[in-house]
Amino acid sequence: MDQLIFAAEVFLNGLMTGVMYALVALGFVLIYKASGVFNYAQGVLALFAALTLVGIQQGQIPFAHMINATFGTNLHHFGWTVPAIIAILLTAGVMVLLAWLIERLILRHLIGQEPIILFMATIGLAWFLEGLGDVMWGADIKTLDVGLPQGISETVESVTDSIFGYGFFIDRLDIWAAVIASLLVAALVAFAQYTKQGRAMRAVADDHQAALSVGISLRFIWVMVWSIAGFVALVAGIMWGTKSGVQFSLSLIALKALPVLMLGGFTSIPGAIVGGLIIGVGEKLFEFGIGPLVGGATENWFAYVLALLFLVFRPQGLFGERIIERV
Amino acid sequence: MIYREAGDFKTSYRSDGQTFPIRLDRWGYYVVVAIAFGIIPFVINDYWASAVLVPFLIYAIAAMGLNILTGYAGQVSLGTGGFMAVGAYSVYKLMTAFPEVSIVIHILLAGGITAAVGVLFGLPSLRIKGFYLAVATLAAQFFLVWLFNKVPWFYNYSASGQINSPTRTVMDIAVTGPTTSAAAKYLVCLCFAFALAWVARNLTRGTLGRKWMAIRDMDIAAEIIGVNPLTAKLSAFAVSSFFVGIAGALLFSVYLGAAEVGEAFGINKSFLILFMIIIGGLGSIFGSFAGAAFLVLLPVLLKNVLVGQLGWPTDLAAHIELMIVGALIILFLIVEPHGLARLWALTKEKLRLWPFPH
Repeated sequence: MDQLIFAAEVFLNGLMTGVMYALVALGFVLIYKASGVFNYAQGVLALFAALTLVGIQQGQIPFAHMINATFGTNLHHFGWTVPAIIAILLTAGVMVLLAWLIERLILRHLIGQEPIILFMATIGLAWFLEGLGDVMWGADIKTLDVGLPQGISETVESVTDSIFGYGFFIDRLDIWAAVIASLLVAALVAFAQYTKQGRAMRAVADDHQAALSVGISLRFIWVMVWSIAGFVALVAGIMWGTKSGVQFSLSLIALKALPVLMLGGFTSIPGAIVGGLIIGVGEKLFEFGIGPLVGGATENWFAYVLALLFLVFRPQGLFGERIIERV
Repeated sequence: MIYREAGDFKTSYRSDGQTFPIRLDRWGYYVVVAIAFGIIPFVINDYWASAVLVPFLIYAIAAMGLNILTGYAGQVSLGTGGFMAVGAYSVYKLMTAFPEVSIVIHILLAGGITAAVGVLFGLPSLRIKGFYLAVATLAAQFFLVWLFNKVPWFYNYSASGQINSPTRTVMDIAVTGPTTSAAAKYLVCLCFAFALAWVARNLTRGTLGRKWMAIRDMDIAAEIIGVNPLTAKLSAFAVSSFFVGIAGALLFSVYLGAAEVGEAFGINKSFLILFMIIIGGLGSIFGSFAGAAFLVLLPVLLKNVLVGQLGWPTDLAAHIELMIVGALIILFLIVEPHGLARLWALTKEKLRLWPFPH
């Protein structure tokens, strides 16, 4: 019985982690649907957004390390701190600028290339952004605090305590993340369904040529989609960064969004969410049940192996469009 | 003016189909091989061996392996680092379990074991393809690294979790372990690289290679004209993993001497090898060498310029290097998706007409 209650707690925590994965996976799906680009850099985008946010918030001087090394100066900070909300807005601006640059400098030149070439280009982009983030803001581990509540949630603890006689440990941050993620998804769905730009985006996702022929600007849509993906990355970066500090491993956590996508199907927003929840719960339960028997840290690979086994039976994922090939 | 096939008459199919049909090319190849085997071992010093030549040869082997899988058979793999780890740990277990057997046999066996593991992880490729497969190979990467980290049997229960390569000899000359001379390290890697390049070249232009390329170009069509996708894909995984396993075994036993799996064979190694074949040229043996040379030399060069000339700290130089490599990948994909090998081929085309291009 105790084991069952523990498992229930692990299950709930898994759901919360799953929401975080789904948040990153969402960015992938958006870009994939609109431009057919499998954006490997989405995780690094989240890392870059979080780094930029911390940097702006604490008034760090960009490229300080490089300037110091070149001119022998000793610059670090401007000496001011920026309120969280303004810093978030500024970072969102940076992400839009980045989206525009990516379209201008990379995607525009790769139109009509094979998808796999575009995929590799985004791997290059990931390396570039990773280096850029470190050069701009320094590679040390940073703490991110935008005023989100953290620590154990007393409400959940007392409620579960009165029911099971044992208080569940659930981070308040995770609950907030779940709420924000659902709001974000609702907003995205509403945007795609009810606004002019949203409709244009869906048209592009459906058929590039047809969208072009009714006068939709592909380039504008791409910049827009990458901006939205950058914004989603920012939200994911804030959540993950608050949870575990802003550091390189953030982009590795975000890599887990890939098996999430494979499970859910590349083209489906509900798929990203359901996949995220399955992976989050699955890896936590596996670590809880089987982990101690095989030495722990199974979270490193469980998601990938699960997705791999799953794909063997259903190659297009849970909600993906059926893959039809013709010669 | 001398780079012509004119006057170089082929009188048999054999000579018509040779790898270097132009005489100057052929002689260039002989000269390179002669220098590599006959001169460099006598003039090599520790710096050149450990900074440039040995890693170049080892990465060239790994790049050839990945190129067979990705460039020839069209199956993108992000699990190269994991397969190199299989090679490294197999050779370590073999070296410590059977110390009296020659290290060369151990390295070949390590390649064989890696090939078997590669086939196992290649099985899903029969059902899934493209990005899905690329992500699926990540499963191999993370699972294998985790396995070698967590199961103490693989590192002989050593307290640090590291593996250290003991001294082994070939013809009474130490080739692994701390006392190895630069020339010995270089020669071992060179022999393997030379032999494997020869194997790769001859496999890829034969029946097997044509099957791989048919699968790459369109697998359904290939199946219809009678290429068995099961054998073609799995043989590509096997051969590729064999190469990658040997590269991993050499990297650990000859070059590094000691390795910690997460550091030496992490996901970044997979990407490094992938970048080598993108920059060098997908589907080209020469490209594997060119890409490996490029990405081995670039950090050395950048380090000399940034740290040596500008006096920047090494961590900053490392980050700049990330940026430059990333930007170069994108640049290559935009300007020349077929890589250095294509540039080289274009140069040769031009050279054949030079100096009278009309």
